[in-house]
Amino acid sequence: MAVSEQEILEGLGKIVNEITGIPANEVTPEKSFVDDLDIDSLSMVEIAVAAQDEFGVEIPDDQLKNLKTVKDVINFINA
Amino acid sequence: MSANRARVVVTGLGATTPVGGDVTSTWSALLAGRSGVETITDDWVDSVPVKFAGLAAVDPAEVLPRPEARRLDRSEQFALVAAREAWADAGAPEVAPERMGVVVSSGIGGIGTTLAAYDTFKERGWNRLSPFTVPMLMPNGPAAWIGIELNAMAGVHATVSACASGAEAIGYAMDMIRLGRADVVVAGGTEAAIHPLNMAAFAASRAMSTRNDDPQGASRPWQPDRDGFVLGEGAGIIVLESEEHARARGARVYAYVSGVGYSADAHHITQPEPDGRGITMAMTHAISDAGLTGADIKHVNAHGTSTPAGDVIEVQSVNKAMGSHPLVTSTKSMTGHLLGGAGGIESVFTVLALRDRIVPATLNLRTPDDGIDVDLVYGENRALPGGDLAAINNSFGFGGHNVSLVFQNA
Repeated sequence: MAVSEQEILEGLGKIVNEITGIPANEVTPEKSFVDDLDIDSLSMVEIAVAAQDEFGVEIPDDQLKNLKTVKDVINFINA
Repeated sequence: MSANRARVVVTGLGATTPVGGDVTSTWSALLAGRSGVETITDDWVDSVPVKFAGLAAVDPAEVLPRPEARRLDRSEQFALVAAREAWADAGAPEVAPERMGVVVSSGIGGIGTTLAAYDTFKERGWNRLSPFTVPMLMPNGPAAWIGIELNAMAGVHATVSACASGAEAIGYAMDMIRLGRADVVVAGGTEAAIHPLNMAAFAASRAMSTRNDDPQGASRPWQPDRDGFVLGEGAGIIVLESEEHARARGARVYAYVSGVGYSADAHHITQPEPDGRGITMAMTHAISDAGLTGADIKHVNAHGTSTPAGDVIEVQSVNKAMGSHPLVTSTKSMTGHLLGGAGGIESVFTVLALRDRIVPATLNLRTPDDGIDVDLVYGENRALPGGDLAAINNSFGFGGHNVSLVFQNA
């Protein structure tokens, strides 16, 4: 079942807010998790775990390190 | 007592307990004789024989920001709430990181995290575990988080001795200052053990009260029909400082913490030694460490957990160490027993008793048991005399660990 890019973005916004406290509306596609949102590597693991539950997509560790921006995660989930 | 040893003062207090979310509300509740014990309403209560506990008056997860709370075990949440209160109360002292220490202990550690994480692992696999699982379950976690927040580089420690853990932490903190390792140390204990497994396990050791028809009357130290302790949760943290450092910054000084006595029963893994030789030794050592005599001790905040054997042995040991004159109370009659947190909150209460010159009455005590020859405070609060005052806080733990701390008014 295809999920729209907008739905994934909203879902990610909620997850990032829950884990880091960053407002969901600051989670926009072009943002880098590390450089723009100041999210560390363990928080990225938490986000990946939550995203796997939310979207039913496994994100292996060797893929996670390539997901630099919000858009990268959206594309991975949609792939 | 060594003449040139640094004297240690208490400059900040923090607590979150079953009777209040901070020091002020907790102390008012104790002076009003209010119990923090309540019936547990979770579904799991049907599976255990004890159906009540001293649940925290304020949920720490509601106080802390959500992203922070979710990375912390409940024992860590309590510790951070109490440590922040104590630090602010001390005026957030400026201290060089290499002169700043933390000693905060827990008896059981992050057991709630351990058990929940094991469920997640079994049901959903290793990769669904939080990356913070290990720092949440490790018993040094509360000390470590506080140490990071306060930039404490002189040493961060977590002494573990079951129900003596919090008092041992404060003793260790005193020693850090007296040995010249630190100028300021944040110390105390925390516990979050109200979980069905702990309730079941303590019930299995036949240590808990099962007075399910009267939860608030269940913790009744020295009352002849007492039937065990009542589990509580929370944290008590104090800021210790060398007197020199505190005076130089013009800090408000609550009290001196002037003596610590350690001993072990070397007798039985859970039962107290009937003659109280170990606990008498802890008190005697603490009094001597403070440069005092038994006659100087005017008040004892007793371990007094409401168990049939331990309560009377403790006060008989008070007789041996200091006679029959001190005003003795057990605040566990109201808070329940916070295990590793007990020495922390009860040190706060001992300091406040000295400050206000008042001893809160032991709740639920009406007719003390036979064989007791100390001045138990019950029925109503009692005033402490004017002038110089010294008081003892006792904590004893499974394993036979005994710690006594001496506080003196400033």
